[in-house]
Amino acid sequence: MNEKNMIDEERHYSQVIEEESVCTAENIVYEKPSVLLDTPMHYCPGCGHGVAHRLIAEVIEELGIQNETIGVAPVGCSVFAYNYLDIDMTEAAHGRASAVATGIKRVFPDKYVFSYQGDGDLAAIGTGETIHTCNRGENILVVFINNGIYGMTGGQMAPTTLPGMKSTTSPFGRDTQTMGAPIKMTELIANLPGTYYVTRQAVNTPVNVRKAKKAIMNGFKYQTLKKGLSFVEIVSNCPSNWKMTPRDANKWMEDNMFPFYPLGDIKTPNKEN
Amino acid sequence: MKELRLMKGNEALAEAAIRCGCDAYFGYPITPQSEVLEYLSNEAEKRTGMVVLQAESEVASINMVYGAAGTGKKVMTSSSSPGMSLMQEGISYIACAELPCLLVNVMRGGPGLGTIQPSQGDYFQTVKGGGHGDYKLIVLAPSTVQELVDFVDESFKLAFKYKNPVMILSDGALGQMMEKVELPEQKERENIEYDWATTGKPKNKDRRVITSLHIEPDKMEEINIHLQKKYKTIEENELRYEKIMCDDADYIITAFGLVARIATKAAEMAREKGIKVGVIRPITLFPFPTKVISEAANNIQGILDVEMNAGQMVEDVKIAVAGKVPVEFYGRMGGVVPTPDEILEALEKKLVGELA
Ligand code: SF4
Repeated sequence: MNEKNMIDEERHYSQVIEEESVCTAENIVYEKPSVLLDTPMHYCPGCGHGVAHRLIAEVIEELGIQNETIGVAPVGCSVFAYNYLDIDMTEAAHGRASAVATGIKRVFPDKYVFSYQGDGDLAAIGTGETIHTCNRGENILVVFINNGIYGMTGGQMAPTTLPGMKSTTSPFGRDTQTMGAPIKMTELIANLPGTYYVTRQAVNTPVNVRKAKKAIMNGFKYQTLKKGLSFVEIVSNCPSNWKMTPRDANKWMEDNMFPFYPLGDIKTPNKEN
Repeated sequence: MKELRLMKGNEALAEAAIRCGCDAYFGYPITPQSEVLEYLSNEAEKRTGMVVLQAESEVASINMVYGAAGTGKKVMTSSSSPGMSLMQEGISYIACAELPCLLVNVMRGGPGLGTIQPSQGDYFQTVKGGGHGDYKLIVLAPSTVQELVDFVDESFKLAFKYKNPVMILSDGALGQMMEKVELPEQKERENIEYDWATTGKPKNKDRRVITSLHIEPDKMEEINIHLQKKYKTIEENELRYEKIMCDDADYIITAFGLVARIATKAAEMAREKGIKVGVIRPITLFPFPTKVISEAANNIQGILDVEMNAGQMVEDVKIAVAGKVPVEFYGRMGGVVPTPDEILEALEKKLVGELA
């Protein structure tokens, strides 16, 4: 399309919008949550991080806890999470987000505290912190984004990379004999008495988005009960480093990640393990 | 009313932390400083509601400190050499994010797992920035159990004044020995809301972000320039040192911490033999009394630097002296504490004899 055509088309649409006047307050059914800032996100097209951020923002807004929430950002693709959420946030060292969150929660036990971490952060370099924070039953929410790869550093093997899955450091596919099998961190920490609510979700379809939002909502709400840690894994994608289009990446995730990391609640207040 | 007690260094330090209204301690057991965690576990919560948490590692404890310090609370940790090595990454983050907190290193002999006996082998690590990047801690080196106590409140004041981590550099002997101490009165725990602290975004105000990440080089350089300026101000305002018998001295011993006390004894013994010896004891290791030592070097024959390591502070002494007089070194390593006799002998052999 040449420039003239583009301008014409734009004019056409703006006229249509004006004529029909659909953009009225009564007609708004969906808008940016107030807790989400206007900063353009740096995430790749089709990446799950943006949706997960939005859900956190929606939940904080709906619960009306923007002034009582402190978030902890990790190292990895979501290192800049604090640029998108309009809440107080601390940026942790690689793997230490749950320890940082512990420090905050211990001095402010009545505030809402959450960490947002990827698989390398939470299940490799930060395994010790993750397990012990869960085991102490810190009354926080941990949001765990699992896309089976290191995004920020450019596609290296993660602790959750599937068997046979290729990455820049497992170029012939993950060989479980020499590289170990993927860690199912969520099942692992569900065994610890300190965890109160453990679930695995995804944000690939509208239905799943709604379920994931409910899980995040629970994770915030349960903090007031002071009964232990809420852990919400979100199985996600990485179109860029999986080297797929967003559509193919979601398909691949459904066909390969979901069978290995089945979605659903693992531990709920009513259903113990 | 004065309260005098006979106390072990580590326990006196812990008691001082409770009394100065410290809000939280995060730590991990390691000899020879475990009494700090033990004493606080026993006393702190029931007396002031102070948070005391045994972390799963020193790596976790320093990051808990980072999180809690970010909320503007008075937060501390303590450890001993190998544990302090593990904390260096976190300390670098805290220094860059400009958070106030108190760190205590009860030094033991290294390298490696080393020994549990006293040492001063972490001078470089502490003063030159043991973690990555250009940052500095304010470093206080107590030489008595009383100073261990007094420096706790002092450190928190400095930490909040400059939004900078402060290190009390103690050692295994100071931590374990018992001395008479005068304890301060119990202060109320404060509940100050700092505008930089992450306590939940205030209504109608900007959110607070604590980070050490500035991906644009220009911005990161700006942060560095700001830090360096702050360190300059600290150098100008916060120098503390002690000069003992220096007025008429021909020779000076430089030493910090416990060793300065032993050196003072050696200086007294030298004076009985007619050798006029004084002692300069840096109390702050950063800022360092460079000018004080430089000026002292104008009127003396030479300096003997004594440390419980292979010669670390001596480099800063040499920079201060800038070749004006000979600077010799005497040190014991691996957990061995030098005696006054040894120091006097070293002084006579290395300086007095040589220069006579
Ligand atoms: S690299 Fe992967 S995880 Fe990171 S933003 Fe891009 S798609 Fe998302």
